[in-house]
Amino acid sequence: MSKKNLISITDFSKEEYLKIMELSRQFEEHPNQSLLKGKVVATLFFEPSTRTRLSFETAINRLGGKIIGFSDSNSSSVSKGETLHDTIKMVSNYADLIIMRHPLEGSARYAAEIADVPVINAGDGANQHPSQTLLDMYSIKKTQGRLDDINLFMVGDLKYGRTVHSLLMAMSQFKNPIFNFVAPPELAMPDEYKLFLTNQGIRYYEHLEFNEIINQADIIYMTRVQKERFIDPVEYEKVKNVYILKNEMLAGTKPTVRILHPLPRINEIHTNVDSNPKAYYFTQARNGVYTRMAIISHLLNLQ
Amino acid sequence: MEKQLNVSAIKDGTVIDHIPTRALFKVIQILRLEEYDNMVTFGNNLDSKAMGTKAIIKIANRYFEDEEVNKISLVAPNAKLNTIRNYEVVEKRVVQIPEQVYGIVRCFNPKCITNAENVSTKFQIINDKPIEMKCYYCEKITYENEIKIK
Repeated sequence: MSKKNLISITDFSKEEYLKIMELSRQFEEHPNQSLLKGKVVATLFFEPSTRTRLSFETAINRLGGKIIGFSDSNSSSVSKGETLHDTIKMVSNYADLIIMRHPLEGSARYAAEIADVPVINAGDGANQHPSQTLLDMYSIKKTQGRLDDINLFMVGDLKYGRTVHSLLMAMSQFKNPIFNFVAPPELAMPDEYKLFLTNQGIRYYEHLEFNEIINQADIIYMTRVQKERFIDPVEYEKVKNVYILKNEMLAGTKPTVRILHPLPRINEIHTNVDSNPKAYYFTQARNGVYTRMAIISHLLNLQ
Repeated sequence: MEKQLNVSAIKDGTVIDHIPTRALFKVIQILRLEEYDNMVTFGNNLDSKAMGTKAIIKIANRYFEDEEVNKISLVAPNAKLNTIRNYEVVEKRVVQIPEQVYGIVRCFNPKCITNAENVSTKFQIINDKPIEMKCYYCEKITYENEIKIK
């Protein structure tokens, strides 16, 4: 039997997205399970990511599994010069599933080739972070009751932000999405994604102004402008404060609109939004645990 | 007018013509001709009506399968192969860009795992004119002007 991995969001079919949504719902209803009892999961974090690691480890604990691993490469044999190849080969002897975060792009696909057990990519550099996309989709499904006919506003760094690229690819699988991109020219959605949408016959609009156009939105997906992506610090200073969501901007928006953010936030969502019922980013993070339980359960055929 | 060959003729083997001058040594590298024990002659910066200047390689007693020679299309997309038997051209072929490329090319992305560990590269050709190839690992696209031979 061939093993299943989750490396890129496009590894899953639409049917699998829907299965993950349904399993996430069931796990949210019954979060404590023993489906992973007697199984060992390795969480290999070659670079620190506390939020993602804790979310995955909570998911494993709630499923009744045991965890081995490390939370940064200084506490692993990498610091002795071991190759990724050898680390994965070794861990694959011990664990039933490998969850890996690594700074190099393509490292997760490579690990999946080497490992005898399924691999989940918990982020490979600026490339892919598919569990984030699935939890974003689950948050959309949960708040809007559907994944079809969603008017999705993406705001901020649309050039380098991997979460918006993956979410765009995944939501394109559903009926009649409308994409609205709000970004300065320096951080505009790359042409390859716009070309993809055009070829699929999917509508998209680009905006420089962040104003009442958001009144049409079902989902406003905010992103952080990451300083480390800029070669020139002056360029960063120019764009860092351009798009900040403030509570008063939400006055004319739909009552059902929800604001998502992959977190951590810096200043792109004013704290006065936090108490607005349209703010959903902290609940979104909690949804991540159920979605990750669903991904693990799906890859290991636990149900 | 006396006609003289810039690169002497071979009795049997393969002539690879219409190689861009800057790609000559890349073609030699891709076909591993530096390890070949028979006679290999080449010329560079030769006059060409079609290309201005060109390079040519003549390889004695060696014939290529399509799969092997198509690898050079990444650096010499207009190269032509002449199969020579007893000083006569018995077959002419053009190279074709393959759908997948294994090894040979380096991924342009410095953060790709294939540039950090001993991993053989794999690419899917997503466009052939100009060449655009997508890395199987990091999913980034290497464009024709960025192609570097491993």
